Amino acid sequence: MSTETLTDAPGSNAELRAYLHGLPGVDQVGAEERAARLATRSIKTTAKAAAIDLAISMVDLTTLEGADTPGKVRALCAKAMRPDPEDPSVPKVAAVCVYSDLVDVAVRALDGSGIAVASVATAFPAGRAPLEAKLADTRAAVAAGAAEIDMVIDRGAFLSGDYLKVYEEIAAVKQACGDAHLKVILETGELVTYDNVRRASWLAMRAGADFIKTSTGKVSPAATLPVTLVMLEAVRDFRAATGRRVGVKPAGGIRTAKDAIRYLVLVKETAGDDWLTPRRFRIGASSLLNDLLMQRRKLATGVYSGPDYFTLD
Amino acid sequence: MSEPTRLAVRKTYKLFIGGAFPRSESGRSYVVHDAKGAFWANASQASRKDARDAVSAARKAFGGWSGRTPYNRGQILYRIAEMLEGRRGQFIEELRTAGAGKAAATAEVDAAIDRWVWYAGWADKLGAVVGSANPVAGPFFNFSTPEPTGVVAVIAPDSPLLGLVSVIAPVIVTGNTCVVVASEPAPLTAITLAEVLATSDLPGGVVNILTGRRAELAPWLAAHMDVNAVDLTGAPADLVPSLEEAAAGNLKRVLRPEGEDWTADPGLGRMTAFVETKTVWHPVGV
Repeated sequence: MSTETLTDAPGSNAELRAYLHGLPGVDQVGAEERAARLATRSIKTTAKAAAIDLAISMVDLTTLEGADTPGKVRALCAKAMRPDPEDPSVPKVAAVCVYSDLVDVAVRALDGSGIAVASVATAFPAGRAPLEAKLADTRAAVAAGAAEIDMVIDRGAFLSGDYLKVYEEIAAVKQACGDAHLKVILETGELVTYDNVRRASWLAMRAGADFIKTSTGKVSPAATLPVTLVMLEAVRDFRAATGRRVGVKPAGGIRTAKDAIRYLVLVKETAGDDWLTPRRFRIGASSLLNDLLMQRRKLATGVYSGPDYFTLD
Repeated sequence: MSEPTRLAVRKTYKLFIGGAFPRSESGRSYVVHDAKGAFWANASQASRKDARDAVSAARKAFGGWSGRTPYNRGQILYRIAEMLEGRRGQFIEELRTAGAGKAAATAEVDAAIDRWVWYAGWADKLGAVVGSANPVAGPFFNFSTPEPTGVVAVIAPDSPLLGLVSVIAPVIVTGNTCVVVASEPAPLTAITLAEVLATSDLPGGVVNILTGRRAELAPWLAAHMDVNAVDLTGAPADLVPSLEEAAAGNLKRVLRPEGEDWTADPGLGRMTAFVETKTVWHPVGV
């Protein structure tokens, strides 16, 4: 496939379908085996300390609950800027991720900190709304100051083979984003197969995604290592084909520092060093940050820490 | 035709963490000998990471266990005594393999079961004995009640059964959860006790039992910031000062008894060592 084809809009659903189904299939056993093998790698002492700091700097600190309040968002922003109030050497997180109506609260709280505000949009998490509503949601979030938009794809359209609809929706949201970065949530837990994950990844990248993200966090299974492996292979191959680097964001279900380090190993071994930066790799999480801080303090003080010493949210 | 010989079914002694019986994360084990010096069994040799996992399990179990009514905790402890009674023969056999005479082994097992029942009875009575209704100068009902301290790390003594139950029962009866480092030379009875605990309605994680080197495990538990108290009953004497120092890091309660006589009347000391007094002021007439 030539570079032009990958950057041009597809002419028809049939053409897009032929292209996506022409992608090589994913070896399921091989992908799971490779992810499991890489997960056994032992990261200790100074490498572990560096990995923990890198992971903290890649966290998209997230609160996406119906019960979110402005106060909770402000508390989360304070934590994003100084994850461990006792230790100024802890890096700040990459972004704070909230619902679109709370973007202005987060923007004000994070003013001047260099931390981006990400907003979910397009009728998150189901994505079941008319296109106009999704675009309005996106524009409102961007107008309120969101620097990153996390959109969900229409899984119904994707699974029924209406790839062009998914493509056009992503392209339209991308346009509505303006300068804001667009992260496209594939919701891999609903895509069923790795082949579908690969197709959805290429579809999203072709439609202009700056990041591809595994899950909303509302569907189980959320992010898994093999799914992330397939997506990392996709961004690697997309770069080889077009030269454009697309980021990856696993989200949901990553709760321990050990898990986070496994993802970093996967990034390093699949996409390479170019992706080991918050600009290309993010981890969507809420409880993960506390475990990273606890591990960090264990390394610093030599004794095990406890959840009592860190904020709950 | 001769009788076919049965294949020996040997028991694997593992750790007891969060209600499950995992092997040590480190994969290590050590040989335990019987009284004659012959091979008895392999015991798991827990690492600091097993200790960490055990503390997490104990912390997770604390809310549920401490939130139960004292009456319910008493019932569960009594259920454990029933299970102990059912395995009486097995415990006597194990103590004999470890070197006790038949009469001594029987006496120790009986004493251990009686000790457990004795503590079970205290579950809903301790509050009445060490708590109080306080007269205050104002229109308030003022109560002081004992509340569990939290996660207690217990370095168990070498008395393989009576000593072991005498340190575990008083900790959990008041609502604490615990991580127990079993006796280093006599760890197997502790794991048999774990089998009793696992089959008697005790929620997983309330008691976690590690076998291995005390000198390796105790410092990690004493320094762990999520442990609220340590019982140094079985800690080697040369280690005690450094353990107490480490325990000061987050102001753990420390119990450091000397020359315990396990056959004597235990008194309330081991229960009151791991409770906090909570005082409530309640306005009269509301």
